[in-house]
Amino acid sequence: MKYLYYPGCSLEGTSAEYDISTKVLLESVDIQLTDIEDWSCCGATAAESQSHLLSYVLPARNLALAEKMNSSNQILVPCSACYLNLKKVEEAIKKDKDLLGKINTVLAEEDLVLKGDMIVRHLLDVLSKDVDIEEIKEISHNKMAGFTIAPYYGCQCLRPFTVFDDPEEPHSMDELIRATGAELFEWDMGGQCCGASNTSTKPEAGMALVGKILKAAKGADAILTVCPMCQMNLESSQKKISHKEGIDLEIPVLFLPQFLGLAMGKTQNDVRLDLNLSNAGKLMKARV
Amino acid sequence: MGQVSNERLLEQTETVKEMIQTCIQCGTCTASCPNNEFMDITPRHMWRLLLTDHADAVFSSKSFIMCSSCYYCTLRCPRGLELTHAMSLLKQAASKLKLKQFQRSSLFYEAFLDSVKKHGRVREMEFMTNYFISMKNPVIPFAYASLGLKLMAKGKVRPEFPFGGKGKLTALFKKVAELEG
Repeated sequence: MKYLYYPGCSLEGTSAEYDISTKVLLESVDIQLTDIEDWSCCGATAAESQSHLLSYVLPARNLALAEKMNSSNQILVPCSACYLNLKKVEEAIKKDKDLLGKINTVLAEEDLVLKGDMIVRHLLDVLSKDVDIEEIKEISHNKMAGFTIAPYYGCQCLRPFTVFDDPEEPHSMDELIRATGAELFEWDMGGQCCGASNTSTKPEAGMALVGKILKAAKGADAILTVCPMCQMNLESSQKKISHKEGIDLEIPVLFLPQFLGLAMGKTQNDVRLDLNLSNAGKLMKARV
Repeated sequence: MGQVSNERLLEQTETVKEMIQTCIQCGTCTASCPNNEFMDITPRHMWRLLLTDHADAVFSSKSFIMCSSCYYCTLRCPRGLELTHAMSLLKQAASKLKLKQFQRSSLFYEAFLDSVKKHGRVREMEFMTNYFISMKNPVIPFAYASLGLKLMAKGKVRPEFPFGGKGKLTALFKKVAELEG
C-alpha cells in the first residue's frame, strides 16, 4: 500500500519520535510513504484564530502540492491537528465552490491549483482499517502480555469529522492494543480534551484538564496517544501536577506506533523512547 | 467595553450572530465544555448575549478565549450549530480589534503565524522568542523555561536567531489579507 505523507511541523522537531516510529512501524507492515514535496504548516489552531481564509489556504497549499505529485490520492497524517485542518479543506470544497475559488485565487500566487482529489487519512484510521490485525498478532507473539494500556485519542482525530471512530466512545485502538497481548485499561477519558494550547496561554485551565486525565489513568502501565499536542501535554508537566495534587501521577506516555513497534520486535532505540519526556523506558524495563 | 464601542463589536460579530440564530438555549454546549469551570459566563449565556446584541458583555468576559477546540459542543448541539467555529470567529474578532485582555492568546497566535509566513513551517524556538518579546512581560518566559530546557536537552528544539529574509509564504499571506480586506 502507498500513501502520500504529511508529517507536519511537530514531527520535525518536538515530536520527532512520532515521525520515526510511524515510519518504522509502517515499513514493517509494507506501507510505503512518500513525503509531500515542499509541504508547509497547516496553520494549527493559530490560523483559524486569526483569519478565516488563511485557515483554509494553509492546509489547501499542501493538498494542491499532493495533487501535483500524481501518485497516491490518499494522504496519511499522524498529527490530529494537521489531520483536522487538511480534512476541513477536503470536506469544505466539496460543497462550497465559492470558497474553492477564493482558495485558488490565493494559491495562484504560487502557481498552484487545488482540484479536490485528495482523501485525508489519520494514521489511526489507516492502522485500524487498512492494516491486517492478524499480521500484528503474528509478529508480536503476545509480547506485551501483562501490561494494561490506556488508549488516549484526544479530540481532533475524532471530532468534528467522524470518519473512522465513534466520537463519543472511541474504540479504534482497542484491537490494536489487544493484538500485542496487552490488556485494555477501561476508562472514559479516551476522547476528552488535553487542554491543547491552553497549557501555554492559560496554564491554569490547561493543566487542570491534564490532571484529570492523569488521575483517571492511575492503574494503567502506560497511556498511548496519536497526537503530538496531546503527547506533549500529558508528558511535560507530570512532576509539576503530581506535586500540586499531592499524588504520584507519573506514567509512561508513548505514541501508538512506538508501542506497536516495540510489540513487533523493534528496539527502544528504533522507536526512540529516549526522546519521550515521560519515563517511557520504564515500561520496557520490566521486560529486560 | 471601554476600548471599543458596542456598535463596532456588533459589526465584528454579525457572522457569528447569523450562525447561531436557531440556538434554543438548551445548554448542551455548556454541559459538554471541558473548560466551563474557567469561564465567567457559560457558552449558552454567551450565545444569548450575542443574539440580543450584547456583544460588549461577550468581550468583557474571557469565555470564548478559553475554548480549546475539542468540538464536543459542535458534535452534540441538537441544532447542528458549528459552535467551535463560532468561538474561533470571536477569537478572530478579538485579535482584529487588538483587545488588550486577549493579548496573551492573540500574540501567541500571531508569533506562530509569523514564523510560518517566514519559513513555511513553524520553528518553535523562534516563535516562542518572538512571543516573549511581543508580550513585553519579563516574567512570562520563566513559566516556559523548564519545558524549553527539557526539549533542548533532547535535541528537539534549537536556539535560533530571528530571521530577516524574504518569507517563504509571504505572497500567500499578502493575498489573503488583500481578499479579506
